[in-house]
Amino acid sequence: MAALTSKRGPSLNPLDSLKNKVGLPYLLLLPGMFWLLLFFLAPILTLVSTSTKVPGAGIGEFIQVHRWANYWDALSAMHTQFIRSFIYATLATLLALAIAYPLAYAIAFKSGKWKNVLLVLVVAPFFCSFILRTLAWRQILAQDGFLFKILQFFHLVNSSTQLTASTLAVITGLSYNFLPFMTLPLYASLERIDPRTMEAAGDLYANGFTTFRKVTVPLSMPGVVAGTLLTWIPAAGDFVNAQILGNPNTTMIGNVINAQYLQTTNYPLAATLSFILMLAILAIVLVYIRRAGTEELV
Amino acid sequence: MNKFSRWFSKNLIRIYAVVGFTYLFIPIVYTFVFSFNNYVKSNLVWRGFTFNNWKNPCGVLDICPALGNSIKIGLIATTGATILGTFIAFALGRYAFKGRGIVNTLIFLPMATPELVLGASLLTMFLNFGFNPGFWTIVIAHIMFCISFVVVTVKARIASLDPRLEQAAMDLYANEGETFRRITLPLVAPGIAGAALLAFSLSFDDFIITNFNSGTTITFPLYVYTHAERGLPAQANVIGVSMFMLALIIVLAGQFVGRKRKTTA
Repeated sequence: MAALTSKRGPSLNPLDSLKNKVGLPYLLLLPGMFWLLLFFLAPILTLVSTSTKVPGAGIGEFIQVHRWANYWDALSAMHTQFIRSFIYATLATLLALAIAYPLAYAIAFKSGKWKNVLLVLVVAPFFCSFILRTLAWRQILAQDGFLFKILQFFHLVNSSTQLTASTLAVITGLSYNFLPFMTLPLYASLERIDPRTMEAAGDLYANGFTTFRKVTVPLSMPGVVAGTLLTWIPAAGDFVNAQILGNPNTTMIGNVINAQYLQTTNYPLAATLSFILMLAILAIVLVYIRRAGTEELV
Repeated sequence: MNKFSRWFSKNLIRIYAVVGFTYLFIPIVYTFVFSFNNYVKSNLVWRGFTFNNWKNPCGVLDICPALGNSIKIGLIATTGATILGTFIAFALGRYAFKGRGIVNTLIFLPMATPELVLGASLLTMFLNFGFNPGFWTIVIAHIMFCISFVVVTVKARIASLDPRLEQAAMDLYANEGETFRRITLPLVAPGIAGAALLAFSLSFDDFIITNFNSGTTITFPLYVYTHAERGLPAQANVIGVSMFMLALIIVLAGQFVGRKRKTTA
């Protein structure tokens, strides 16, 4: 974005003269920022304040005592689910990358005039409701489902194999459901690559694989970073896949938080866990961005 | 290397793409097939072919009001988020101002926060202030989480504009307002349309945030979720598949119009 700010000297941008009107950008920002402050930032602060409360005398009554030890208690009680969520999200992200990269590559370089149609087809399945899709996977993987029968025919599974209600099903569901968040950024960065860079590699006696490894992959890294983040973040906080496709041993932190809010109504614990989840994800994301060397995510 | 393996390695990426698309469409095909199921109570076992579910998509209690709510919420939230987000995108893409870092952070944070935390924290605040969740709290929440996606989409479009086009307009004695209205806005419009489509799809399909802030209001994803255990009617499949087809038609039509305009221009 730096290219558009006034730092770059003589400007080509005719609207630069508008920059004298100092108030205008703030006027444009005001309504949206107001909305985010009121309905994003203020709720997060409420969450933090709720997290240090303790149960009071009455049912559903909580008293503010600034008990920061709540965080320690929550972590020691639920660290398994936290770690499990991050592992599942990471595996699902890697799976999604393995599926989406060749797909995005094929659309960007091998599809000719079908490019736009294929691009639409890659996103279209995700307009059919998230919950419906996940339920469909449960039925497909079930023992009387058609995929199971096909696998059984090839002796890849037998009647004692359980595909639903398993870790594998949860991870598959997570990677399937967030796939467009992976495919679209990958496609965007692959499509931007000048094909001549790959031809040049070929001219320099690089074979197909070396060209891919030394030219295509490095040039598509912004897409990889954006895609993995946009997949990993919702996957780490998800509870729907674990609920529909999992079993009690695949409980993710999202399931715990959801249950604490809506069933147990232990708001302080739910708030504590939510805030830990948010901070943990932010910390991991920031380290990842720094490592990957792309500051330009937004 | 024999003939087959050479063909295979040459077309590896295409074979992979076919496998990838098959994977993508398996649940859709399943949902489509079972929308024709002559189901009894729950739509889990195949009981024969019927058109009844398609002829009568509102034939089960509550499903169409839920769909109506989803569409209404989607439209209001899309309008709100698109307007607010586009304003921010123009401010960020076109102006130098103090506090840019803070604005960028506030746009980035909601996208880096899991939906669960967004929904839960908003509910906590609504409850603290004695606000009853319902239709309008869902709208508020949806506008909130859609804004960032609109900003990112529109800002990318603004950044890709050739500034010389605007300069040319001003050389031809268009004033700032005219340049904006007749050059900048039409050029950014596809980005805004894309952002609106994205916002609508995010809002329409949202379950997690809505589940927290819905009170007694039922949207389509909530309907599907709450009926999943008691037996989901095949009408839900009909609506899901229709949304998929509608999206396909809208996007393909948009691409067609875009291509036509490009060739006639």
